[in-house]
Amino acid sequence: MPTKAPILEMRGITKTFPGVKALQDVTMTVAPGEVHAICGENGAGKSTLMKVLSGIYPHGNYEGEIFFEGEPCQFRSIRDSEARGIVIIHQELALSPFLSIAENIYLGNERATRGIINWTKTNKLASELLARVGLTEQPDTKIIDIGVGKQQLVEIAKALSKKVKLLILDEPTAALNDEDSAHLLELIRHLKGQGITSIIISHKLNEIAAIADSTTIIRDGQTIETLNMRGAEPVTEDRIIRGMVGRDMAHRFPEHTPTIGDEVLRIEDWTVHHPIHNHRAVVENASLHVRSGEIVGIAGLMGAGRTELAMSVFGGSYGTGITGRIFLHGQQISVRSVSEAISNGIAYATEDRKHFGLNLIEDIKRNTTAAKLSSISRLGVVDSAAEVTHAERLRKEMRTKAESVDVPAGKLSGGNQQKVVLSKWLFSEPEVLILDEPTRGIDVGAKFEIYQIINTLADAGKAVIVISSELPELIGICDRIYAMSQGRITGEIPGREATQEALMRYMTMEKNGASV
Amino acid sequence: MNAVSETETKKAPAPARGRDAGGIGAYLSRNLRQYGMMAALLIIVGLFQVLTDNRLLLPNNVASLIQQNAYVLILAIGMVIVIVAGHIDLSVGSVVAFIGGVCALMMSDWNIPWLVAVLLSIALGGLVGCWQGFWVAYVGIPAFIVTLGGMLIFRGLAIVLVGTTVAGLPEGFNAISNNSLPNSLGFMGQLDIVTVLIGIITIVGLVVGQIRTRRTLIRHELKTEPFGAFVVKTVLFSLLITFFTYLLAKSAGGMPIVLVIIGVLVLVYSFIMANTVFGRHVYAMGGNLPAAMLSGVKTKRVNFLVFVNMGLLTGVAAVVTTSRAGAAVAAAGQNFELDAIAAAFIGGTAVTGGIGKVSGAMIGALIMGVLNMGLSIMNVDASWQQTIKGLVLLAAVALDFLNKRRAGSSE
Repeated sequence: MPTKAPILEMRGITKTFPGVKALQDVTMTVAPGEVHAICGENGAGKSTLMKVLSGIYPHGNYEGEIFFEGEPCQFRSIRDSEARGIVIIHQELALSPFLSIAENIYLGNERATRGIINWTKTNKLASELLARVGLTEQPDTKIIDIGVGKQQLVEIAKALSKKVKLLILDEPTAALNDEDSAHLLELIRHLKGQGITSIIISHKLNEIAAIADSTTIIRDGQTIETLNMRGAEPVTEDRIIRGMVGRDMAHRFPEHTPTIGDEVLRIEDWTVHHPIHNHRAVVENASLHVRSGEIVGIAGLMGAGRTELAMSVFGGSYGTGITGRIFLHGQQISVRSVSEAISNGIAYATEDRKHFGLNLIEDIKRNTTAAKLSSISRLGVVDSAAEVTHAERLRKEMRTKAESVDVPAGKLSGGNQQKVVLSKWLFSEPEVLILDEPTRGIDVGAKFEIYQIINTLADAGKAVIVISSELPELIGICDRIYAMSQGRITGEIPGREATQEALMRYMTMEKNGASV
Repeated sequence: MNAVSETETKKAPAPARGRDAGGIGAYLSRNLRQYGMMAALLIIVGLFQVLTDNRLLLPNNVASLIQQNAYVLILAIGMVIVIVAGHIDLSVGSVVAFIGGVCALMMSDWNIPWLVAVLLSIALGGLVGCWQGFWVAYVGIPAFIVTLGGMLIFRGLAIVLVGTTVAGLPEGFNAISNNSLPNSLGFMGQLDIVTVLIGIITIVGLVVGQIRTRRTLIRHELKTEPFGAFVVKTVLFSLLITFFTYLLAKSAGGMPIVLVIIGVLVLVYSFIMANTVFGRHVYAMGGNLPAAMLSGVKTKRVNFLVFVNMGLLTGVAAVVTTSRAGAAVAAAGQNFELDAIAAAFIGGTAVTGGIGKVSGAMIGALIMGVLNMGLSIMNVDASWQQTIKGLVLLAAVALDFLNKRRAGSSE
């Protein structure tokens, strides 16, 4: 690639949140007209960096400098960065479902004279933009009526309407199927031909290898290296992974020698359908088992059906048309409701503790006892003294940092909130604990503590299932790992033998069995 | 589990016995909301006492203040539970008219003994609650829509049943809202002894209850209010009750019967909301519905019961209202839902659910009641009364929001 003046330079970017240093002296250079990938583990700081770039974290909120087309930039809002032609497309699409494609494209940027929208112009310009991204939909089609893949393209059309020069895509293909993903990548290549520079954040290394011209690797909030993907030596996925993982794995996870006993939970031929599109199987014929004292991982890309599997087992809290059998200690059990699942000794700690795990306006003690109030109540009256005693005991065991159990859960840090979630499920005295992304959004130190707690639980004879997007985490703490892809369990590897590459192969296995 | 390590003992603050959290200032600012509304009530009372040339707190006016506003107090109990659960009930005014009508017809046309009619009316309220609860909880239609429908349905039924007025109700029935407990123990000077006794029992109950709660807190090493604040609070409340008892004991009848009913309801429902699994589930659902579901709360059943309960209390309110008027009127209960909702919000209930107390709603209802009474004594035009009540509601909730925003930004 000929060396041109960079279109974007970020120098010495440091961004701190209370208690966490999210970015530390990050430096990145993007050449004009290239596709620049950013890789890193979850929580490495990729999204934070892009939020700094696009002005979501306004200037002054971080340290460091940003140069765009050679000029220093001090974006105070997303509007400022968009005015310069920098457009970010978020992981969660920001489209309004009941408005039409055209209305969404020009939302906040309406084609209007004196406040009166010119619909003819809006629809005509929108259909031109749709053609550019390869969509044949009518511009008056409602967003809710088109698939996720096409919605992603509408986002890009919206970006084009803003005269985009630098397009930032945060995990654009995470929710897409392969066909849609391929189409999207083709479009990015096409836009590159028209001189539009792209920054793409992705976990899918095969995609990066296919599309990126250079790759910047971020780890623990720091730039590790920038790889030229078009050099003489082709950059392999392993090479990228080595950069992403970096650290010596041994120190990130506590030492643990498992004491594995008899089988506790067995799931057979578990099939779950989508709650709305009820002909679509989200989980298909999944079978797995966990033994006492064992930590079993479930790996899978987004949309592989891991959470759906777990939640459907947890009293059918996800999905319709659930079929299959569940055995607890060899006895078939029924789990038609959450309370039935809980009384059968199954606990599920959600991946989204703020929305599904905790009542943030309520205090620690009430959150702790929420899943099994019956155990401290008689004739429907809660024994508040017992409640305090139990909550305080669990707070100490979990080492939850809070002044007392009267502190509202909303005032705690992520790690401590997660400990309250764990307390809550320990209080229900489960035999099987399903932990969905137990360390998401938690800083490194607190993660170690969570791993210790998980180990202690296993040592106490519980069967633990851990769902995680972080492969090193699964490899580091699990005794056995299942991989899921497109709703099916595609592989099973003992923890000692597991590698990210091997897991990734199973995780990307297609329905027909062929590997990517 | 053996995860407790030496770092814990270092980092966690050593729990001192009966730890007083901060000084009195910190305590007051934390409980600003709760005591702010109490203070507002007292200020409003004081204000009207002056504006009405000391007529507001004449013993007979105090008694009728309670009798006049019994309906808001009763409905606000149910409403605060509905709102905490994350719903709303717009139908209670119409339901009061409907049940009041049925109740009156039972006594006047069907010659049912009044006590039986009262019980049947409350049961009918429960039935109405089942009807609305079914749609909200099991069909999943938003309560706003269901109860908006109910508002029209039951108003219509009330008009069909009652026509305009059903009068000539039994004396015993009319006594509920207009009479006081019999002065069976005679007088002590000017004071009715029954009332004085009830006052004394209330104060003793309050003091004993406060001390017991504090002891439990200290025993479990929980945060308690500073000792000074505790004493001042208990003494102030006791003085307030003493003064109130004195006024009632001096009034023409003594202790109004409805006040006894309300007192019992407040005690029972405060206990339910604070100490039962049901109450806990209501708060859990209002605070975070998906989290409650994933904690095994049977949300449909709890929602259903919340509306059944609202219906039962509406039945009580209907009896009280009909008794007060001495007749069933098709237009009865007009705007009662708004009074009850306003009382709940003035009393600190969160618009989004999950937060709210029966005691708060009672203070809210009393503020509304004192406004009604004071403005009426001053002969303020009814339309101005509405405007003023609206402004008070807005001011109370706005203050709450500002207070919260300040608390949020200081973190």
